[in-house]
Amino acid sequence: MKHHLISAADLTRDDAVLILDTAEELSRVAGRPIKKLPTLRGRTVVNLFFEDSTRTRISFEAAAKRLSADVINFSAKGSSVSKGESLKDTALTLQAMGADAVVIRHHDSGAPHRLATSGWIGGHVVNAGDGTHEHPTQALLDAFALRRRLAGGEPGADLAGRRVTIVGDILHSRVARSNVRLLTTLGAEVTVVAPPTLVPVGVERWPCAVSYDLDAVLPDSDAVMMLRVQRERMNAAYFPTEREYARRYGLDGERMARMPEHAVVMHPGPMNRGMEITAEVADSPRCTVVEQVSAGVDVRMAVLYLLLGGAGPGDEEPKGATPRGAEATQGKRA
Amino acid sequence: MSDTQRTLIRGARLLGGPARDVLIDGETVAEVGDGLTAEGATVVEAEGRVLLPGLVDLHTHLREPGREDSETVLTGTRAAASGGFTAVHAMANTFPVADTAGVVEQVWRLGRASGYCDVQPVGAVTVGLGGKQLAELGAMHESAAGVVVFSDDGKCVDDAVIMRRALEYVKAFDGVIAQHAQEPRLTEGAQMNEGVVSAELGLAGWPAVAEESIIARDVLLAAHVGSRVHVCHLSTAGSVELVRWAKSKGWRVTAEVTPHHLLLTDELVRSYDPVYKVNPPLRTEQDVLALREALADGTIDCVATDHAPHPHEDKDCEWGAAAMGMVGLETALSVVQHTMVDTGLLDWSQVADRMSTRPAAIGRLPGHGRPVAAGEPANLTLLDPAHRAPVEPGAFASRSRNSPYRGLELPGRVTDTWLRGRATLRNGALV
Repeated sequence: MKHHLISAADLTRDDAVLILDTAEELSRVAGRPIKKLPTLRGRTVVNLFFEDSTRTRISFEAAAKRLSADVINFSAKGSSVSKGESLKDTALTLQAMGADAVVIRHHDSGAPHRLATSGWIGGHVVNAGDGTHEHPTQALLDAFALRRRLAGGEPGADLAGRRVTIVGDILHSRVARSNVRLLTTLGAEVTVVAPPTLVPVGVERWPCAVSYDLDAVLPDSDAVMMLRVQRERMNAAYFPTEREYARRYGLDGERMARMPEHAVVMHPGPMNRGMEITAEVADSPRCTVVEQVSAGVDVRMAVLYLLLGGAGPGDEEPKGATPRGAEATQGKRA
Repeated sequence: MSDTQRTLIRGARLLGGPARDVLIDGETVAEVGDGLTAEGATVVEAEGRVLLPGLVDLHTHLREPGREDSETVLTGTRAAASGGFTAVHAMANTFPVADTAGVVEQVWRLGRASGYCDVQPVGAVTVGLGGKQLAELGAMHESAAGVVVFSDDGKCVDDAVIMRRALEYVKAFDGVIAQHAQEPRLTEGAQMNEGVVSAELGLAGWPAVAEESIIARDVLLAAHVGSRVHVCHLSTAGSVELVRWAKSKGWRVTAEVTPHHLLLTDELVRSYDPVYKVNPPLRTEQDVLALREALADGTIDCVATDHAPHPHEDKDCEWGAAAMGMVGLETALSVVQHTMVDTGLLDWSQVADRMSTRPAAIGRLPGHGRPVAAGEPANLTLLDPAHRAPVEPGAFASRSRNSPYRGLELPGRVTDTWLRGRATLRNGALV
């Protein structure tokens, strides 16, 4: 694996499978009475959040804490950032405090890339969502949940031949960009579905199919991922009304019935019930929303483990608690 | 005094042609010939070097008044002299905006005081670049600065009525409106060229159509009212087609291209390094090739730098927070040699046309863009086309360092520049 996780494109198929396998191993920790491994004891993970995101932040926080890392939460609101401090000075401050990894969420596309390549900081950078660019750990947790549902979570398995449909605001979605890349890397066939206004110019070079017709794609989907559509988009004339959007691109019970029996419904949350997804679908057993949330902690543990585990100076090899999947990891990382 | 006023340039390739001697006496070229001698004159051995008329930039941001932290008239004109320029047009988007006779006269006087390069102020088209109310164009023209070129550069004069009136109004004194062609609604929040790369990077797109739709409208307006319109920093293949069509109709349309749009593409934005953030944005390779072809065939009249200095902190940050623009005065001729001369698209006499004669003609600038001949003003540039070196922004005379060419090896080096007979650059060093 690379030193940072900025884009799903940073991951080879083997890297991605390794993360999923490691996450499966680590998820067993969550079933124990004491949900903690000593692996990252003495390491510092900073959650640097320039955008509000309670869900993603607590997911990373739980992941780091279960690996015994020291966690510092740095939120832009109420901090020096709100007083005009630059990303560079914030980064230099974190560097001086000895951050081993920085998990960054930023409203600007490319900010994590900049943090990783500018020389401001020496630690690992993990992208927790940047602008409308990428959200690679979201794609990893989606792949994890998908592999469990469709392939039983079997170690070493990928998603070869699985057909995944991503529906919604593709243009503004970092989740879509990361998922198209990662799911394709894992062998899945991806189709994005949206009104043409919400498909980016230049999409023809993405490794996926594009459709404007949800009903045509549903019968051939093993999984349908519904993206959150912000109501504000309506004001910028991306679509006429919420009602029309829901009618043409929302997933309701009737549409869900046209999906193959084994097919699942995914959503990165938070859901707009009644907009892109109806309550009937959101609450159905085919919907994986809650599994995705728990997968988030497992996958983020795996990412931090693989990036940080044993990689730092003076770091002791974790003893006793090393998950089996992770051992396989160490060999491959060399 | 007379010693410093007489200079003999020996063996320079005049406009890239055969070697000639050129004698400067006082402010003018006294003689062009072979085997010239001149008692007491400063002799410049120029074997292998190319002598051009002093370069003229139609599009320079000198930042003074208001943003002296990024550039001043003095540092900007020193950068201009280093790059072989003898005249620059200073854009109006200063603080305060150059929308009154007072401000343009101040900038003009600062230029005279600097002594490195003539500074011809560009006046704002509308008050405060607001796009709503015409600035006092006549007063700016009648001022000591004698403004001929008007532009809201940085902002587009997007209101069709205001644009029409401006085009009509400046006919009274043969003025020209230089349009920053950018349809504002199509480019809200735009960060880079809209296309394959923006789709991947998740950066808001600046579509080619936002430039082309304004150019299409403006050439039609210029034709309708019989005025001159000049297109600033034309950047797309589609814009080239529109200008070519307008010229074929005989309409009075001129256009400029920047050096960076002749060389760089939006692929560079993959680095998210804001040194590549510029407006209009870097486009695709297909656009770059169309721009080169258009500059070669004359569809695009001239090269203009859009020299846009910014302080370090405005580029040493994330892409979205960064300022748009690149410095260009000190690398312009090298980039043109690299993209146009070394590729066989232009010879040096055509470079003189595109970087001196044409821009001076568009700006109606007296004394510049003249032939290198006896009796003409001695505004001259001498360059060594065989020189090759990596670009080192730390060595720039400009106060700012935001060059996209850092470390890139480029051909050509300006060694000497003369402004009305006085050396402003001598053997690569500012005088």
